[in-house]
Amino acid sequence: MILGRVCGTVVTTIQHEGMNGHRMLVVDRLAPDGTPTGSYLIAVDAAQAGPGETVLVLDEGNGARQVLGREGLPIRSVVVGIVDEVLLAE
Amino acid sequence: MQLGRVIGTMVVSVTTPGMEGVPLLWVQPLSKLNEPVGEPFVCADGTRMAGPGEIVTWVASREAALTLNPSYVPVDHAVVGLVDDTHIHQEDGT
Repeated sequence: MILGRVCGTVVTTIQHEGMNGHRMLVVDRLAPDGTPTGSYLIAVDAAQAGPGETVLVLDEGNGARQVLGREGLPIRSVVVGIVDEVLLAE
Repeated sequence: MQLGRVIGTMVVSVTTPGMEGVPLLWVQPLSKLNEPVGEPFVCADGTRMAGPGEIVTWVASREAALTLNPSYVPVDHAVVGLVDDTHIHQEDGT
């Protein structure tokens, strides 16, 4: 899984039918210490994450389809949690 | 999944079974702010609606093949949707 921060949303009306009804968030990838790594990904929201929130993103197709509960979805990245705190060993 | 811009199309006369009639598009990957990043690649277009110049969302790996029907096809990048709007929150929360 990936640590990320929600930095936007993407709207696509013409899309693969498997995407219908899913909200898509633009997520900046974060390093463990919370600094952006410079890359981003677009993930389907399964945790009602809002803008600016730190989130946990599952970036694997099989797991994504299990979380969304439907086979055959062309979805690989899903926001599965909202992170309250990250504790790192010194 | 990431953003991309369609910069061209490709016509293939002989193709593997299951890929007949699937449009192939040249896509330039974009940053979240729509700036070109990295090398263009060829995407299969399951929506069959994306035209040159349009901004699309694309996905890689097995999920790319799942956008097509039949889905057991040798495709590693595919267009998932045509972007109407990308709203990026600025650092100051607007």
